[in-house]
Amino acid sequence: MSPTEPGAAAPVYDVPGPRTDPAPLRDAAARRPRGLGRGSGLLRSELRTTFLRGRTLVMLAVLAAVPVLVGVAVRFETGGDEGGAGAGPAFIAQVTHNGLFLVFTALAATLPVFLPMAVGVVAGDAIAGEAATGTLRYLLVAPAGRVRLLLVKYATTLAFCLVATLTVAGSALAVGALLFPLGKVTLLSGTTVPLVEGLLRAVAVAVAVAVSLVGVAALGLFVSTLTNSGIAAMATTVGLVITVQILNAVPQLEMIQPYLFSHYWLSFADLLRSPVEWSDLLSNVGLQGLYAAVFGSAAWARFTTRDITV
Amino acid sequence: MGTSTTSEPETVIATRDLTKRFRGGQLAVDRLDLTVPRGSVFGFLGPNGSGKTTTIRMLMGLIEPTSGSTALLGRPMPVEAGRVLPEVGALIEGPALYGFLSGRANLARIDAADPTSEPRTRRARVDTALKRVGLAAAATKKARAYSLGMKQRLGLAAALLKPRSLLVLDEPTNGLDPQGMREIRALIRELAADGTTIFLSSHLLDEIEQVCTHAAVMSQGRLLTQGPVADLAAGARGRLVVTTPDPGEAARVLEVHGVHGITVSGPRVTGHPPAVDPPDLADLNAALVRSGVRVRSFAIEGTSLEEAFVALTGEGFHVSD
Repeated sequence: MSPTEPGAAAPVYDVPGPRTDPAPLRDAAARRPRGLGRGSGLLRSELRTTFLRGRTLVMLAVLAAVPVLVGVAVRFETGGDEGGAGAGPAFIAQVTHNGLFLVFTALAATLPVFLPMAVGVVAGDAIAGEAATGTLRYLLVAPAGRVRLLLVKYATTLAFCLVATLTVAGSALAVGALLFPLGKVTLLSGTTVPLVEGLLRAVAVAVAVAVSLVGVAALGLFVSTLTNSGIAAMATTVGLVITVQILNAVPQLEMIQPYLFSHYWLSFADLLRSPVEWSDLLSNVGLQGLYAAVFGSAAWARFTTRDITV
Repeated sequence: MGTSTTSEPETVIATRDLTKRFRGGQLAVDRLDLTVPRGSVFGFLGPNGSGKTTTIRMLMGLIEPTSGSTALLGRPMPVEAGRVLPEVGALIEGPALYGFLSGRANLARIDAADPTSEPRTRRARVDTALKRVGLAAAATKKARAYSLGMKQRLGLAAALLKPRSLLVLDEPTNGLDPQGMREIRALIRELAADGTTIFLSSHLLDEIEQVCTHAAVMSQGRLLTQGPVADLAAGARGRLVVTTPDPGEAARVLEVHGVHGITVSGPRVTGHPPAVDPPDLADLNAALVRSGVRVRSFAIEGTSLEEAFVALTGEGFHVSD
């Protein structure tokens, strides 16, 4: 009973296309170059699954709401002492003069907590969430391939870092344009540049903020390979984010602080100087790359050897 | 289907000394030598906790064996998982679904995870698989709204997304009503008739008897026996059952003729005919009648897989360790 006998195939598999005899399809498939199309199917599926998920949309909505709150507060709190913006570059004082500064204000406000928390949720859930629902075993026997699945999960988490940052920036720009005047931008170094250049610098700032999240994403993915509970992985990652921020604020721990992933986070403000001060920005990129390499390798080592018992 | 016809191995699943000891020290699978011939419907039996699921997970490359080897479709696992698994459909320990996705989107995602599957025919293959398990009408419904039986069907559909050489089905009729069970059994027979080898674990012995050509029995991590179902069932000695209004006399006569383990309950006398040099059952009946025993019925019962199973494992089928 050779299943490849012509015409012997079950009629249910007779779908449109060359299906009655499986051989031609297989040959056609073998001839097709392995480019986009089939190898990337999992990445597209993962992006769709992540970004159309209710939880993701809620997090993005919350992120988009932050600039609205800040913008409305600044607009209607017309008191004179706006300068008390606390730590970080004092963008908030500038918002009333130029709505573009709401972008920088909103990014500075969300980078310490909201953004890494959202990234921690997505990264922490990446593998552990699939394990918790049991779908991990079906992806692996499909076979997704462990390395491929891990890479797809990391790529999707990085995409989320960028989308989340752009959501904050985009919302801030819209609110800023609506509530405040837009115009020439006075940089932190005192020079004034045209609005277009200011917008370009805003895009660069958003990218710098997204890059700042690369380390958290890798850390979260590693944590995600350690457990079968999505909730535990998310909570652990978010807990680590908060712990690191606290450590970074304790003066006595100065010697370890350059190695904390949040150490250079506010370096994005250096993009608003003329000329741009690259040293901290580049240190940030290097540090995030280091985290990605270390925790990416750890995640790989763990995930490729782990027994999937759920 | 879907394999190169030139080098079809005759043995679809072959394990050699396959052993898994978990980190706690628990020996889940102990030197397993499993041989599943091509084209068979292979029943994998064993009480809960006997190591069936661990074995299936090792076969599919989800768990690394402590020692020993596994080959699927003639290729070593898990080394060649990427080449082997596209030809293997699997339902492992029940279905697992993305509740927030529709049934159709669930299948599309699993299909996308397979780098060898053709994206252009994906939609059609997904719909065919849904139709095959009777879920076409619920294709757009969110999977979290599915009943247990529907989830089980969706899990089966995932195994049927492509023509497969081997289907590994762990308790495929779990959660289904009797009608659904019949449908799935009919589907399994249909797939087997197409030449797909089916490796089926079940806790329902009559299910195994109904659909399987071969079976293996596991207990406490060890393989007790494997072979064609007919041989296994024949290996078990049946039980002689006599109903009579004269049970006392019947028991005496049977004992004289070498029947042992006799029990009497009301008009029912049961016992095991001698294993060596068994008497002709017709002579046994004649002897009863000659002694004045009025025989209402005289039969051998339970030359079934269940008898074989109980004889092999020394325990009932639903016993967990």
